[in-house]
Amino acid sequence: MTIGEENVRRLDYEAKVTGRANYLADMKIPGMCHGKILRSPFPHARILRINAANALKVPGVVAVITRDDILKDEGIDPYYGPVFKDQTIVAVDRVRHVGDPVAGVAALELEAAEEALQRIEVEYEELPAILDVHDALKKGAPLLHETIRLPESGFADLAEIRPVEGTNICTHFKLRKGDVEKGFAESDYIFEDTFTLPATQHSFLETHACIALVDGSGRITVWSTTQNPFVVRTQLSNIFKVPVAKVRVIVPYLGGGYGGKVYPKVEPLTVALAGKAQRPVRIILTREEVFYTITKHAAVIKMKTGVKKDGTLVARECEVLLDTGAYAEIGPRVAKKSGYTAAGPYRIPHVKIDSMSIYTNKPPAGAFRGFGVSQSAWAHESQMDIIAAALHMDPLEIRLKNGYEEGNEFVTGEKLTGIGLKPCVEAVARAIEWGKDENSKFEIRNSNFKRGKGIACMIKATITPSVSSAVVKLNEDGSATIYAGTIEMGQGSETTLAQIAGKELGVPLVKIQVLGVDTDAVPYDLTTSSSRSTFHMGKAVQLAAEDIKNQLKQIVVQEYGIPAENVEFVEGRIRLPETTLDYKEVLFKRFGMQGGTLVGQGHVKTKVTDREGRKTTSAFWFLGAGAAQVEVDCETGKIKLLKYATAVDVGKAINPLGCRQQLAGAAIMGMGQALFEEIVFDNGQVINPNFVDYVLPAPGDMPEVIEPILVEIPHKEGPFGAKGIGETALIPVAPAIANAVFDAVGVRIRDLPIKAEKIFLALEEVGKKP
Amino acid sequence: MDRALEVEARSSLLEVVREQLGLTGAKLGCDMQVCGACTLLVNGKPVSACSVLAVDADGCDVLTIEGLGDGKKHHPLQEAFMEFGALQCGYCTSGFILTAKALLDEFPRPTAEQIKNYIGGNFCRCGCYQEIMQAIKKVARLPESETPKIEDGG
Repeated sequence: MTIGEENVRRLDYEAKVTGRANYLADMKIPGMCHGKILRSPFPHARILRINAANALKVPGVVAVITRDDILKDEGIDPYYGPVFKDQTIVAVDRVRHVGDPVAGVAALELEAAEEALQRIEVEYEELPAILDVHDALKKGAPLLHETIRLPESGFADLAEIRPVEGTNICTHFKLRKGDVEKGFAESDYIFEDTFTLPATQHSFLETHACIALVDGSGRITVWSTTQNPFVVRTQLSNIFKVPVAKVRVIVPYLGGGYGGKVYPKVEPLTVALAGKAQRPVRIILTREEVFYTITKHAAVIKMKTGVKKDGTLVARECEVLLDTGAYAEIGPRVAKKSGYTAAGPYRIPHVKIDSMSIYTNKPPAGAFRGFGVSQSAWAHESQMDIIAAALHMDPLEIRLKNGYEEGNEFVTGEKLTGIGLKPCVEAVARAIEWGKDENSKFEIRNSNFKRGKGIACMIKATITPSVSSAVVKLNEDGSATIYAGTIEMGQGSETTLAQIAGKELGVPLVKIQVLGVDTDAVPYDLTTSSSRSTFHMGKAVQLAAEDIKNQLKQIVVQEYGIPAENVEFVEGRIRLPETTLDYKEVLFKRFGMQGGTLVGQGHVKTKVTDREGRKTTSAFWFLGAGAAQVEVDCETGKIKLLKYATAVDVGKAINPLGCRQQLAGAAIMGMGQALFEEIVFDNGQVINPNFVDYVLPAPGDMPEVIEPILVEIPHKEGPFGAKGIGETALIPVAPAIANAVFDAVGVRIRDLPIKAEKIFLALEEVGKKP
Repeated sequence: MDRALEVEARSSLLEVVREQLGLTGAKLGCDMQVCGACTLLVNGKPVSACSVLAVDADGCDVLTIEGLGDGKKHHPLQEAFMEFGALQCGYCTSGFILTAKALLDEFPRPTAEQIKNYIGGNFCRCGCYQEIMQAIKKVARLPESETPKIEDGG
């Protein structure tokens, strides 16, 4: 019916193309005040004194929050954070990065709030700042956090994670398989390389924002730009010491998320201000403030790999140092995911991986589409080509030789299922005519331009264990309403969920509505991230729709006296031996009037063990590959992406256009990460927190073709075989391009982004400049 | 529609359109005239409304996304954006559609290169550039009569 069809019109489109879709910044609440945040000018300093008295004198100011307010209020626990409680609503003793919130102001007008910020007097004592992961690890380095508070209830997959006491190591994840020293001894060649990536920013066009309302009874209502409202609800419940039932989080459409809107951001301070002001308060971050709020982890990755002469991988030792900034945020999980995948999508018998998230005096780093894997894949996919070149092997061949296949053992020892890696690798190779030398053309051979091709692939896990629940209501006219906690942030989840319910119930999309997210109405969902919604929430919706069908069947059995085995669902109607019934008729029969509702429930819970009790790291695996064709100007080092092909094992494409959008969109974001994007620091100051100096991919940067290829290897537990795909296509882009640059001009770029000047200097070094 | 407004000297056109007129289709993205999310058409030309003073638009025709289409039917660009999947989160969409309208008003039969250059000042972080190009090309091929020229300004 509507699964896998091409002409599905997304449910959110009409509102979006007419400008009528409501985003948070478009909303106003009666009596709403405007909040602003005073931020630290120093990367590391002790706060000696704060005096906000003059701020309160600014006409229109209704509330100011400093450490004095949150420390002496018994109704507030100022410490929070998704893994460790190392963040505070505003700084209490020290500021730990430039842009760290120091105070908040709410005023009737935005201008008054801005004016009041200027009147807050803060006396700082500057402290030595740690601006580099290597400095952070030195003996005797100043500590960012002396003590770490653990949350009341943490994530199941991070229950064992603790910081390393007396150091700046926020997380040290270790993975051991076989005997790596024995593996190196058995290897014919050993390769040792170091790769780096800078911090980057998600750069959603919609900045973080929040409206908070605290009513007389202490009930908190928050409208937020969050990707995980239930986590925000838990955190607010802990901070403000009220049951979760007293916290309501409502999320409108998001103007992009990409991982940058998970976990509390501006909500705790907005609620504190609203509570003090006794009026609703809205805070919308400026573009600059977003750069101080969340970033992607910069990383330094040392990789040592032993191989046989024939290209068989034997051993790998890897150290991943992730710069997590001043607060843990979700860095511990990023370190874990980076660690799991540092061996790549390859069978390697001996593996030793140490992946660490490390505190520094920089803005916090957290989730970013690819979640630690785009960091490790930059290293393993670049080194794969270094190995191939040294062995005179084809980069495609060495990947196919070592790549995971169905049933192989993952580095953790578990059996891999649903592994469409090789079809993806082969598909992208075909798409860019792998093996065909583009330089043989006369005009290319005789110019300063050289062309090359590169390939890269990946594996990633989704957050496991996790929970998604959904409710589907069948209304009295036979239409259906979906209650699901998945956030529509552009990925098309509303439409996908409606397609799944529609298929299961036989109800057309025009008769299905998705409620939108309100934690008081929709059942629990862990998060809209980790590419998990289609698989988890999709399945929950499918189960809820099945529940409705079972109820309908029971009603027919009871009311019409038909045996259950004679009741058949056919295209939205119920076929009985003698007649066919509409849902509407069945509901009428059940309730005795044109009224009443059937409520179906669906719950999905993924576990860390499979049916045989063996360990499972991921409910499903992401597999994908990318291939790039580039042209390099040897005179200037300028690189032009000519063509990019991206293939992803989607399981089953429920909305093929939506899948292709995700693939091409992630590839374009990956292009930005590969070629331009980089947060530049100078003594801890972000010197490019804006879209003039932080360069995003624009229409003019597009290659002639980006070809998204959907590989469908149905997953036995996904809805109709579907898997999640949101992150996959981003991960291979940077190494695929770097490998293509090497193929074109023979220089190896080990530090992202791949800028013209780096290629230019490398060409000079190898004497290849014309 | 014609509308007389009293505005503060320092207010941007975007603030006035969003806050005083309640037309929130245009978004604030970068606040420095580079991302295109706030694009409006002033006398038919695309401007970054975040960086134009409202008083400078005095007496001008201002077209917002809400004023596109004839109230009953979507503008062909709106239809094409939906057909080709030229949006995901939708935050950049009003800016892209208005820029594309200005392009097609100026160059009814643009080349691919012209399209790329004209929309070069609009960002789509979800990465729908390919689909946006396809949608604009589709509308550019339509017969003249199906591309309405004059819209009621927001």
